[in-house]
Amino acid sequence: MTRPTRPLSPHLGIYKWQLHMAMSILHRSTGVFLGLGLLAMAWWLMSIAQGPDAYSEFITYASSLFGRLVLFGFTYSLIYHFLNGLRHLLWDTGRGLDVESVRKSGMLTMLLSVLLTVAVWVYGYSVIGKF
Amino acid sequence: MAEFSLPANSKVKKGKTHKAPEGATNVRNFHVYRWNEEDGENPHVDTYEVDMDKCGPMVLDALIKIKDEEDSTLTFRRSCREGVCGSCAMNVDGTNTLACTKSCDDVAGDVHINPLPHMDVVKDLVVDMSNFYAQYASIEPWMKTKTPTPANKERLQSHEDREKLDGLYECILCACCSTSCPSYWWNSDKYLGPAVLLQSYRWLADSRDEFTGERLDELEDPFRLYRCHTIMNCANTCPKGLNPAKAIADIKKLMVERQG
Repeated sequence: MTRPTRPLSPHLGIYKWQLHMAMSILHRSTGVFLGLGLLAMAWWLMSIAQGPDAYSEFITYASSLFGRLVLFGFTYSLIYHFLNGLRHLLWDTGRGLDVESVRKSGMLTMLLSVLLTVAVWVYGYSVIGKF
Repeated sequence: MAEFSLPANSKVKKGKTHKAPEGATNVRNFHVYRWNEEDGENPHVDTYEVDMDKCGPMVLDALIKIKDEEDSTLTFRRSCREGVCGSCAMNVDGTNTLACTKSCDDVAGDVHINPLPHMDVVKDLVVDMSNFYAQYASIEPWMKTKTPTPANKERLQSHEDREKLDGLYECILCACCSTSCPSYWWNSDKYLGPAVLLQSYRWLADSRDEFTGERLDELEDPFRLYRCHTIMNCANTCPKGLNPAKAIADIKKLMVERQG
């Protein structure tokens, strides 16, 4: 008799989501998003090099509601990835790895990343002076 | 490559409900993962109603009561019932722990019980630990020396050096940490996982062991050690309160330090 293939026990679908785990996957996805954001940045720089027509076309896209949402996501990704990256650097020195410190630094990083993103946009709009 | 969804033969279906005996007033639902090789069907989740007034406090007590009184086919490993053997490691309420030291009162609502995640199921809550044990053997978990054994005495260790093993020697190899680690889920064929790396560090940190360099050579590999991305599930789930992530960080530090 041949042995039936054993099933694989459930994993992602049943494991309880906790802050540290969610922050780890967020670190990776913001990293991917930042990589894609570089393409948009290249487009921006190329449009500058191509002259006023290309640049104004870029600005039309970038200042649309969708463009702003992407840019907001890009700002958040940059700030979150940077702050959480600092956390990783600290861990790499062997410090701050106990469960309680990880929880605290995680909460702090989440809070700061949101606050700083909002601060950047409030500052940005205050410089332009209009929505 | 990471496979995020379960293969077709592993998809979990709804199972039967086993009623609590008449007159039970303090009933609690236990949803337990079931699979057996004989019936050729997919895994399913059976629900057992347990009268908590006639049940011990721990999740293992409930499982034993279910096996004794409601369904003798329910299969799980257990032995010491006091958190030293590591046999009853399983996923309770979404995190890995020992059923014998997990109080039912610490779970809100229904109790969901699954086998250790991302492992081959042998039957119900029993998973195949062969790969885990082979990985443990691969780090050669015993003292290795080059100098001759001192005549008529043991290899001695200062109190300070002995203290470096605290938080390492207590590991009971239950595999709660390794099977909580997403990196281990996707790469358990090549990544050693938190439990085995903590054990590895237990020998790297031992002042009497003289094979530190060779042990580090063995770990110097893109997968064996460096698949740890500090997700921290291991330290959060360890039923003995140990910290494999810290041990892994310490191994990574040793790797850098030996490069001078």
